[in-house]
Parts: sequence; C-alpha cells; structure tokens
Amino acid sequence: MEYSNKVMDHFANPRNVGELEDANAVGQVGNLKCGDIMKIYMKIEDDIIKDISFKTFGCGAAIATSSMATEMVKGKTIQEALKLTNSAVVEALEGLPPAKVHCSVLAEEAIKAALADYYKGKGIDPTPIIGCTGDCAHCHGEHH
Amino acid sequence: MDKRFVYADNAATTPVAAEVLSKMLPYFTGEFGNPSAGFYSLGQRAKAAIEEARQQVANVIGAEAKEIIFTGSGTEADNMALRGFMHSKQAKGRRRLITSAIEHHAILHTADALKEEGFNVVVLPVDNYGVVKLDALENAINEDTALVSIMTANNEIGTVQPLREIADICHKKGVFFHTDAVQAFGHIPINVKELGIDMLSLSGHKINAPKGVGALYVRSGIALQSYITGGGQEKGRRSGTENVAGIVALGEAARLKGENMEREMAYVGSLSKRLQEKVLERIPQCALTGHPENRLPGNSSFVFAAIEGETLIMDLNLAGICAATGSACSTASLDPSHVLMSIGLSHERAHGSLRLTLDVMNTEDDVDYIVENLEKILERRRKMSPVWEE
Repeated sequence: MEYSNKVMDHFANPRNVGELEDANAVGQVGNLKCGDIMKIYMKIEDDIIKDISFKTFGCGAAIATSSMATEMVKGKTIQEALKLTNSAVVEALEGLPPAKVHCSVLAEEAIKAALADYYKGKGIDPTPIIGCTGDCAHCHGEHH
Repeated sequence: MDKRFVYADNAATTPVAAEVLSKMLPYFTGEFGNPSAGFYSLGQRAKAAIEEARQQVANVIGAEAKEIIFTGSGTEADNMALRGFMHSKQAKGRRRLITSAIEHHAILHTADALKEEGFNVVVLPVDNYGVVKLDALENAINEDTALVSIMTANNEIGTVQPLREIADICHKKGVFFHTDAVQAFGHIPINVKELGIDMLSLSGHKINAPKGVGALYVRSGIALQSYITGGGQEKGRRSGTENVAGIVALGEAARLKGENMEREMAYVGSLSKRLQEKVLERIPQCALTGHPENRLPGNSSFVFAAIEGETLIMDLNLAGICAATGSACSTASLDPSHVLMSIGLSHERAHGSLRLTLDVMNTEDDVDYIVENLEKILERRRKMSPVWEE
C-alpha cells in the first residue's frame, strides 16, 4: 500500500493519542470484524472543543485519519467540527489509496459520534443536529 | 541494537544466489543460442544446459529428468497440472477435482475457472493447524473424481501436509494426486516416488533462482492436454522458446538446495525456533498459527490480539524489517486471508496476523532485532488500541 508522506507522518507520529481523563464527549465507530474501530474523546467547553484525543484499532490509514481528524477539529466550535468531511481529511493527508478512503469516513463518523454523545449528555436529541452518527453497522458497511 | 535491514519475507521471494547468477549470466550473452537450433554447437550447448538443469531439478525430488517440464512460474505449473489434467484423456471423462481450502490462489482460482467450465470442484476443509482432513478427502472421492490437488506446505502458516497418507488415499481409489510444492521445494525433502506424487509444481524464485521460471513434475505415463501450443518445445508439452538462463538458474539453485538441505533445514529451523520462543515468551496475548511441529523450517506465523496486521507491517518496515500479514487491510478486501479463516480464526484474530519467513541469509542477530522491535511496536500500538485489555 502506497501512502503519502503526510499519511506516513501521522501514522508514525500520531497526534492526540490516548484517553482524556476529563472528557465530556466520547464516540466510538467501526467494528472488530471489519478490522477498524475508532474512539474519540473530547473535552468541550462553551461549545468549543478544548481538547481531543483518540484510540484506534486498524490499519495505517485508520491511525493516520484519526490523528488528522483530531488535529482538524481541535480548538474548533461544535458547528465547525460538524462541517468536517471525510474528503477534507483525505485532502489534508495528501490523498489516500481508494481502498482506504473508508478510513476517512470512519474518522468523520467518529467525530460526529463524539459530538452526538455530548448532546446526549446534555439531554438533547442529537439526531436533528448531526444526523446519522455512523455508529450503525449499516452505514459503515456501505463505505467499504 | 543499531538499525539494520532484515529481510524476513522469504516466502514471498528470495534473492538470486551468487553461484546461481554466475551460472546463468553466460546464457544472456555468449551462450545465447536457441536450444531448438540443434545444427550448430551454440544451439546444442543451450540444449545441453537446459537438459542438465532438468536433471538437477529431477534429482531433488527423486524424479527422472524427462518428467520435468519447465514453465514460466509456479502458477503456470499449477494451471498446467489442473487444466491440463482435467482436460486430458487421462481424466477419462471424470468431472470431479478435489482440492483444499488453504491452497494458493493459483490453485483456487484455477479450480474456480474449471468449475465455470462445468467441472465439479470439491474444496476440503482443514483442521485448526491447517492440516487437510483425511476423512473428508476419503469421503469426497467418488467414481467421478479425476484429480486431487493438495499443497505440500502452506505459504501463510507453513503447515506441511501428510503427503504420503493423501497419496495413499488417492491411489487406493484410483485417483491422481497433484501437489503445489512452491513453498516446500528445496526447503524440505520430497521424494515423488516414495510419496506417490503424480504431479508437483515448483518455482525458482523461492529457492534463490530468479523470478519467471518454474517447473511441473509429471509422472511418466501421464499425458496432459497442452494449452500452450507452438513449436513443440518441452516435448510438445509447453511450447515457446525456453528461458535458457532462467532454467539454468533453476537447475543450479535446485542443485544447491538439494546438496545443502539438511544443513539449511537445521540452521533455518533453529532461527525460527528462537524467533517463536522469544515472541511467545516476551509478547503477551499472541499465538503461533499453523502446525507446531509439521511446518516449514523458515515459517513463523503469529496472531496478536488488539492490533491490525498492516500497522505491524508498516512499523516493522520503518524499523527496516520486511514482513507480511494476512489481515484484511493488506488484501484491500473486507476479509482476512482465506487461509486464516479456514483454520478457524475469527475475523478479529485474523486481523492481527504476522508472517515472518526466514532463510539461510538470516542470522540470530536478525531474529533478536525482529523480536526487540516487535515488542516495542506492540507495546506502543496496543496502547493506542481501544480494544486492548492487559
């Protein structure tokens, strides 16, 4: 699998790795059978993602997209983070092999799943705001 | 330990040995004659060279020279055996081909193609070590069965099949037996006469000959349907001007492997043992895949919990180590390798597979370097994994 230098950089030195002790938003997408799981932790204050981290089980692209996606929404407002698309992640990584594009979809879904968890924690139904949060196997399956 | 380059993917391919290269080189230049041009000595020498190689290959498996057909690859040899036999008069109109679930794609995809043509293909299951279930074989052979094709040793997990038992079952029932020995030829002893093998595929680039040359052993008396027709080379069994340099190289490589086999098996086997013991001892939650004893000397295959194979391969590559995995991410499909699925591993387990295949060039330092890096990589990456539980 040929990866860009950017992907290799984020694979070899992933940013924002680990768990956040004081996270108030946690989202997990993917499943073990398919071979990739992404878990995103956020610390949100005043609608701003103050801190973010991830844990990922998956291939090199899954790790790199997780790392890049967390970088892209760190310090952003919830509204800005909700606009993050998988193609923006791919672009920021200077491209992904076609077979690995689904990893970027997973990264987008993981961010949204964490934000949905944040709304749920506040007693707000996230569906009208976020839509599909990607935690359904159906959505994930389609991207493969 | 300082960073080094460690090639641990010898099941994928091997470098051309110096002796092999020097023996083949003249056939590109000075000795460039066409073996079919028998009226002058240049052509005669080329012909003599390929006949010497034929004898050298035959010697390693206890065959006669005339039973060796040179091909362009192990895959071609597999195709020739399966297609050539099922379409031959020898098949006597029988339509069943029996093979196993852990064969190389050269066999499985060829069997699929034959199925498309209307042949009846039976794929035998294997046990958790990857050994073909002999009772299933016995049950699968019926009146309509022409050929059984079971590999000598598996490319991913290294398991060696009980060839003699398989051949006995086949012959008791009047069925022919082919074996894909691409991974095994030159690495473990195989005597086609003693074992009762009717056809055997082999390849050059797994034994320090170059890519682009292989051979099929076909027992005397078996006439395959030729499917590369033309000038009648290889006694009409495989037309096309011979790859003289490649064939010379295969012969020389086979000779060297035959002569050094005992010593190399002991050496490579001891390296693999060191590797397996250290990995299993030092890395938690991992297991050896394939048969614990009946396996290729150079093969060490593992599964590691909570880690994806491609990540391992990429990290190992960054450390200068070439290795392989059967994880889904490496195959660009949703499923991990068919071999790992066939031995009963769950998707989850199979995603974390790693194959390290050592050969004579490797050293104990290589092994220690691999273990040291693997330990570091797993410790670091498992900490990043949401499914890792100590």
